[in-house]
Amino acid sequence: MTILNIQSVSKTYQSTGRTLTVLDNINFSVESGTTMSIVGPSGSGKTTLLGLCAGLDRSSTGIIELHNVRLDDLNEDQRAQVRNQYVGFIFQNFQLMPTLTALENVMVPMELRGEKKIKPIAMDLLEKVGLADRGHHYPAQLSGGEQQRVSLARAFSNKPRILFADEPTGSLDAETSEKVIELIFGLNKEAGTTLVLVTHDNDLASKTQRIIRIKGGRIVSDAPTLKGEEHNC
Amino acid sequence: MKRPEQVNKMSDYKIDDSKAPFRAGVSWLFLMAWRDSRRNFSRLLLFVSSIILGIAALVAIYSLGDNLRKDIDAQAAGLIGADLEISTNRAVEPQMKNLLDSLGDRKSEERSFASMIFFPKTQGTRLVQIKALQGGFPYYGSLETDPIAAGTSFRNSKSALVDKTLLLQYNAKVGDSVKIGDISFVIAGALLKAPGQTGISASVAPVVYIPLNFLHQTGLSQKGSRINYKYYYKYDTPVNIEQLVKKLEPRLDKEGFNYNTVENQKENTGRAFSDLTKFLSLVGFIALLLGCIGVASAIHIYMKEKVGSIAILRCLGVKAIQAFLIYLIQIVGIALIGSVIGAILGTVIQQFLPIVLKDVIPVEITTSISWPAIGQGIVLGIFISILFALLPLVSLRKISPLNTLRLSFSDDTTNSDRARWLVYGLILLFIFSFTWQQLRDWKETFFFTAGILVAFGILAAIAKLTMWSVRKFFPSSWSYLWRQGLANLYRPNNQTIILIVSIGLGTFFICTLFSIQSMLLGRISLSASGNQPNMVLFDIQTAQKEQVSALAKEYRLPVLQQVPIVNMRLQSINGRTGETINNKDSGLRRGAFTREYRVTYRSVLTASEKLTEGTWHPAVEGAAQTPHISVEEGWARRQKLKIGDTMVFNVQGAMVSTIIGSFREVDWSRVQTNFLVVFPKGVLEDAPQFNVLLTRVTSDEASARFQQAMVKSFPNVSIIDLGLVLKTLDDILGKIGFVIRFMAGFSIVTGLIVLIASVLISKYQRIQESVLLRTLGASRRQILTITALEYFFLGALASLTGIILSLLASWALATYTFKTVFSVSPLPLIIVFALICLLTVAIGLINIRGVLKRSPLEVLRGEA
Repeated sequence: MTILNIQSVSKTYQSTGRTLTVLDNINFSVESGTTMSIVGPSGSGKTTLLGLCAGLDRSSTGIIELHNVRLDDLNEDQRAQVRNQYVGFIFQNFQLMPTLTALENVMVPMELRGEKKIKPIAMDLLEKVGLADRGHHYPAQLSGGEQQRVSLARAFSNKPRILFADEPTGSLDAETSEKVIELIFGLNKEAGTTLVLVTHDNDLASKTQRIIRIKGGRIVSDAPTLKGEEHNC
Repeated sequence: MKRPEQVNKMSDYKIDDSKAPFRAGVSWLFLMAWRDSRRNFSRLLLFVSSIILGIAALVAIYSLGDNLRKDIDAQAAGLIGADLEISTNRAVEPQMKNLLDSLGDRKSEERSFASMIFFPKTQGTRLVQIKALQGGFPYYGSLETDPIAAGTSFRNSKSALVDKTLLLQYNAKVGDSVKIGDISFVIAGALLKAPGQTGISASVAPVVYIPLNFLHQTGLSQKGSRINYKYYYKYDTPVNIEQLVKKLEPRLDKEGFNYNTVENQKENTGRAFSDLTKFLSLVGFIALLLGCIGVASAIHIYMKEKVGSIAILRCLGVKAIQAFLIYLIQIVGIALIGSVIGAILGTVIQQFLPIVLKDVIPVEITTSISWPAIGQGIVLGIFISILFALLPLVSLRKISPLNTLRLSFSDDTTNSDRARWLVYGLILLFIFSFTWQQLRDWKETFFFTAGILVAFGILAAIAKLTMWSVRKFFPSSWSYLWRQGLANLYRPNNQTIILIVSIGLGTFFICTLFSIQSMLLGRISLSASGNQPNMVLFDIQTAQKEQVSALAKEYRLPVLQQVPIVNMRLQSINGRTGETINNKDSGLRRGAFTREYRVTYRSVLTASEKLTEGTWHPAVEGAAQTPHISVEEGWARRQKLKIGDTMVFNVQGAMVSTIIGSFREVDWSRVQTNFLVVFPKGVLEDAPQFNVLLTRVTSDEASARFQQAMVKSFPNVSIIDLGLVLKTLDDILGKIGFVIRFMAGFSIVTGLIVLIASVLISKYQRIQESVLLRTLGASRRQILTITALEYFFLGALASLTGIILSLLASWALATYTFKTVFSVSPLPLIIVFALICLLTVAIGLINIRGVLKRSPLEVLRGEA
């Protein structure tokens, strides 16, 4: 089943009277339960593409379907509803609410859905990321790695169909990065979630089943990795 | 490029049943508001601290108004001291005397007039209000005296009650004597308070009570003396006074009598003081508006800091309205706390208002807690906080979840946002409605609202202009520290506009008040300078005219002007009398017929007069000729009079027919006798009259010596010493000015709180920068210098703007309202300027000290 379908998507900005094309005629689709990376140098448009795929922004032209919902026709509030139901996020700079404790950060997506008895679920998620004892700490009291792990627990708290990760290890040291990557892939496999990873780290990208390379706003290659070929076999 | 065929519509979009519905409820919004605010609680409280004083001022004034209404209701009888008061300023005819004698179960009679008194012990003289009293007045309340018994005992002997401040001024004590007219009275007691008397009325005309049966012996009640006759009535059995006066009214009106009842007094006093509380409410409201601008500015910065959090929430699925509500709930909560604190403070301040207002209010003010005032204050505080917070809050709707990927928050205050314009409209509507609520007059409301907008607009424009000028003409050659301090005026997150508006407006208030006060006093001083008269002698009988003039010359005082004055009433204009005029079809006002006219006759115009229309007639040419009189232009226009109209005057019984021959423009501000109506020579010479003599004394000693001689030789002659008028005016302006300054103080202190709040808020903005500078090697002294310079520039700009505006306003007032020469006393302005600069710099430095104490690492880790 296709969870993400991108057809002829372009994104342009008006800047000092000129039209700046950031993404140009992007086409691809992602099957449910698979993992893929979007790789490219700085300024290639990969983060913009992630934002469009996740419904954080609207494309200038083209169609974006997420879980069979066409995002282009939805307003911001409707897209927010889609995100809450189907999407999980992991950001390079963690993006935890600074005024909420780690536990509360994990609980927010479930609270938004009006779910009850969520505290044990959130605690369980924190335990999975190894932070059961840090639930009442504020983000400022946690290290970078710990913050990213809380962000990971939050991303999985609404049992997303698709997880978008934007440079998830970009702000972490090598050792911590390793642990976080392990967790992302481990939890993803356990939940059977689709993973879309944006990175410029080829090693990390090679851990996914497919890599889309992007340069100057265009897809320059779209190929399965060894891992993907193994999976297909 | 065209979009491919649509695959799915939102209408087809169904929520996945396997997932819980999207339904974060209201309770979650409150929970999130609480979570988000708990670590910022002190900062949020700081934001609303700006409105605390405004609310406090309004609650205090509302409470005062509420209590004052109750007090006036309870004490109205004590204000007139009787059930009914009837008064006139001419001697009572026998048929009216019968009517007056038939009223009331108990009655008192009082005759009051201005006269000189003389304290033999200290040789002091003073113009006072003599009240000669007979009967048991007051029937409600009392003459408060020291000793208490004096209020009653003075009526039975040749004794007087003398205003307590007079006794202090002239170093007189109970038991000493005071000479009034031809006889001496023993001072029975100090008069502390009489019915209806205020501190200000006592300053203008201090009162001396004497028994009525000694009035004749004083020799002061001669024909032509300006005496006010009052009759006080008390009914022991219940009588409907309002019905009674309704029955008496036509007769009283016809005979030129006035009346006052407890109900009238309640209404009049209530109206007068509701005007006072309305005025004070508006001054308090300005303080509140200032505070609200502070709130809007603080919330704006707060929201900027929250962009990241809001973007995350939007990313996780929060709708724009939910994000908006999370922050609105915080504002409402904190506004509630701020308003409650303001209401409590207002209730405390109310306890001190009687001290501030004791000289202008005639009743004893109670200071009980007024729940309606507290309720009103709290509701107003919450409402106005929300209204002003909406300005930054509406921008929140536009925060994109994309900010989680790239922080690109742009200051969405574009004019294209209709919601912002809607909020501006609501604020304007609110200011207008609130003002109308106070004033109940569309025109005044419009001018007040427009005045506020103009003042705020000018200050904001000056702030913007300053920022633009600093940027445009930036002094690149200055040292780094100066450039950094100066550049902070226009850099992002600057506080320039808010500080210039709030501090500038406060400075403007205070400086304008000072200017007006010193200008009014200066105007009188000026009029007393040079060869202008500074002493007025009036009530000189015709027979005394030459002798008084001779006495003045004996004391080497020039007789600058000697003017005869004849009292008369208007009988008819063009054949229409007070009874026959109809206000609808004529410009004539009934008041023109009931008032008494003091008229003079002469052949020439004075220096303060200018002929504007018609011909000046110096004298009548024959006994048969109808005299052509001259009328003051402004009054004539108000009465819709024309040249050639006929006016008949009742000159103490004799009807004198006249024709309006000319109109004159009169400069009333000159210290000299000025008249509405001037007769030509040859008409009034034989009418009962008194004379006024204007002279000029060169020193206080010369004035005292001459006054003593006058009081001894001519006790009926009253003397107005301009020096004393100046002192009295200073005293009155001081008392009124104190009340206004007290209220304006709220604006100043609010401005300072906005300043402190703005500085503390900017700490969070500047903290990173200072730490970075320290990390790069800036010394503590350098950072302190940059901060001191920045706040000096802010304080100097704000106070300078306020001072310049106040000078403009004072100039306009001097030129157009007071018609006097505009003058500036630089010293108070320099002091205000220096104080505000000092305070601003001090607050800035105290603030930055906290930053300097922390380690750069601590701040860089984001734990600050």
